[in-house]
Amino acid sequence: MTSTFVGMPKFPVAAREALANTQLRSNLAHATATIRDKRARVVAEVDNWEELRLSGAAIKDAALASLDQHLVRLEARLTAAGAEVRWARDADEACTIVAEVAQRHGIDEVVKVKSMVTQEIGLNEALQEQGISAWETDLAELIVQLGDDLPSHILVPAIHRNRAEILEIFQRRMQGLASPEELTDDPAVLAGAAREHLRQKFLTARMAVSGANFAVAETGTLVVVESEGNGRMCLTLPEVLVSVVGIEKVVPTWEDLDVFLRLLPRSSTGERMNPYTSTWTGVTPGDGPQEVVVVLLDNGRTRALADQVGRQALRCIRCSACLNSCPVYERVGGHAYGSVYPGPIGAILNPLLKGVGVDEQVDSLPYASSLCGACFEVCPVRIDIPSVLVDLRAQVVDAHRAKRWGGVPSMQTVAMKGAAATFRSGRRLRLAERFARLGTGIAARVGARAWTGSRDLPRAPRESFRAWWRRTDGGTR
Amino acid sequence: MRVALMVTCINDALFPDVGKACVTLLRRLGVEVDFPDAQTCCGQPMVNTGYLDEAIAPLRSFVKAFEGYDAIVTPSGSCAGSARHQHGMVARRSGDPELVAAVERTAPRTYELSEFLVDVLGVTDVGACFPHRVTYHPTCHSLRMLGVGDRPTTLLRAVRGLDLVELPRAEECCGFGGTFAVKNSDTSVAMVSDKARHVRETGAEVLVAGDSSCLMNIGGALSRQQAGIRVMHLAEVLAQTATGGGQS
Repeated sequence: MTSTFVGMPKFPVAAREALANTQLRSNLAHATATIRDKRARVVAEVDNWEELRLSGAAIKDAALASLDQHLVRLEARLTAAGAEVRWARDADEACTIVAEVAQRHGIDEVVKVKSMVTQEIGLNEALQEQGISAWETDLAELIVQLGDDLPSHILVPAIHRNRAEILEIFQRRMQGLASPEELTDDPAVLAGAAREHLRQKFLTARMAVSGANFAVAETGTLVVVESEGNGRMCLTLPEVLVSVVGIEKVVPTWEDLDVFLRLLPRSSTGERMNPYTSTWTGVTPGDGPQEVVVVLLDNGRTRALADQVGRQALRCIRCSACLNSCPVYERVGGHAYGSVYPGPIGAILNPLLKGVGVDEQVDSLPYASSLCGACFEVCPVRIDIPSVLVDLRAQVVDAHRAKRWGGVPSMQTVAMKGAAATFRSGRRLRLAERFARLGTGIAARVGARAWTGSRDLPRAPRESFRAWWRRTDGGTR
Repeated sequence: MRVALMVTCINDALFPDVGKACVTLLRRLGVEVDFPDAQTCCGQPMVNTGYLDEAIAPLRSFVKAFEGYDAIVTPSGSCAGSARHQHGMVARRSGDPELVAAVERTAPRTYELSEFLVDVLGVTDVGACFPHRVTYHPTCHSLRMLGVGDRPTTLLRAVRGLDLVELPRAEECCGFGGTFAVKNSDTSVAMVSDKARHVRETGAEVLVAGDSSCLMNIGGALSRQQAGIRVMHLAEVLAQTATGGGQS
């Protein structure tokens, strides 16, 4: 049961395939429109929403500016509360720590709370290699896991599946069902089957793995926000709890947390409040997990923090409002982004975490946007995604500029340099425009398939505006 | 007030009637408008493709053309956005303090056409007449980068005989996005197909917008579909009077 994004093609290639999948298109259009409308309704109820967004951005920026101090404080508070704090530079270190904790207790099965960061580090696959089964307990993550599939949305990882597909996956793969042949595609029946399957796991698993939505430095408290109650089960029933937490999740105080608990549910599920908010501070003797391990993960976050324009991406609270509002995401879905972080936030977060100029799939992501700005408009922490995209495009070009020194420039570079030379002066442009009719004529006949495949090109005029102005002295002759 | 027309490279080369309509309209409103010949392109195609160094030469020609004017008026939300929000970044990249200083003077004086009409001239009825059923697409950069709000539709509602019908999902991008339309052409086409469908659903004869680039995209799709709907720039509609054509 291993599926990874390793070896995914560049965005335009992956998108072409996704666009041809009519079932996917219809599932996505329906699902994103539904969540988008719900979000718009509940956000409109809040009078000071814009102030809340500004607060959210300011709190995160301040926390990131002195991240080192907040993390040390978080570590001290967690340790004082009986938790074991481990630091992980990258995915391998984090996965190794989680596996070691399981192994020292002789545990070969763990239950998981839905978490983006454990997807990011490929934890399930790493544990599998060590003979440890990791069970997703969030319904949508379970659908993805049982279907040997990949998540395609941050909040709704199985958004690309409809209920007929889910029925087929459950009948084929779900263990411990009393009577799989009696299943139907009624959502209540499917949820009932999942409950039956998961209950067994909750009651037998000795260890749980979670992420955290927030880590409050002043008390050493971790916070998980969820809808189904599976998280609460995982966080309270097992003996051992390991939480993998990205270092950007830290918020200094409970007062700060309050702002995000108001921003997140409305932006994410379009609810006024999420059904379950779990908080825990280390070990509580006699209640809940008696061994609590917290893995603080970098995995590219300090690289992103060093990026002056891009560091604002670390404000992200993983609400996925940007995905639901993105016209590109709505049409191609999440898999085309080749990462557990899809959509507009994925298009900036992946290059920021991984660096540009190394992998052409990663380098293709900043271009996977029309820069329409719908994402920025809905972002609860005001990440200016279009500006970060433009800055990352410049980083991609600059990285290749350095590499291609003395080599053969790309077609795109030739075109851009040619345009820059033409636009150097009005006189040069006037000369070039004499060939505009010829240019569009040739483009329409032979080249520019990317445009003319589905769109007509305009016919170039007999005379440019510039030439008309000169000939008629601005229309006065 | 010295007013310059920043016609934009796309209107200059492909849609000169949009520039002529601006001249007609502004003169009718008593504004004597110059066309500084040194202007070329705002540099946005280079900036948005990641070629910042290549945007420096166009920016130099921009400030050479427009410095000294009280207002720089452009029939493009996107190019106005580029002048106001991206020129600073390009100037800083050049390392030339004089270019940075020049941009600080030109950027705040750059207005998208509807902003100039409503905010600077204080006009909402430009005396136009256009007896047709029209729908309006608010282009992304005028809507979100500049925040022109309801200025364009206020201007359109005052046009004699014009029947403005609402466009479903109006605020969704048409899929142009500059080089996005070519680099991610499949996705771009999927987006413009939906936009063209929404335009057809309105039953309008004319689709109006404030950016020729977006109109070229949507118009290209409508034309390929033989939809029988023409596209017109906001300036072209506002230039029309009861006595006919808008051209000088």
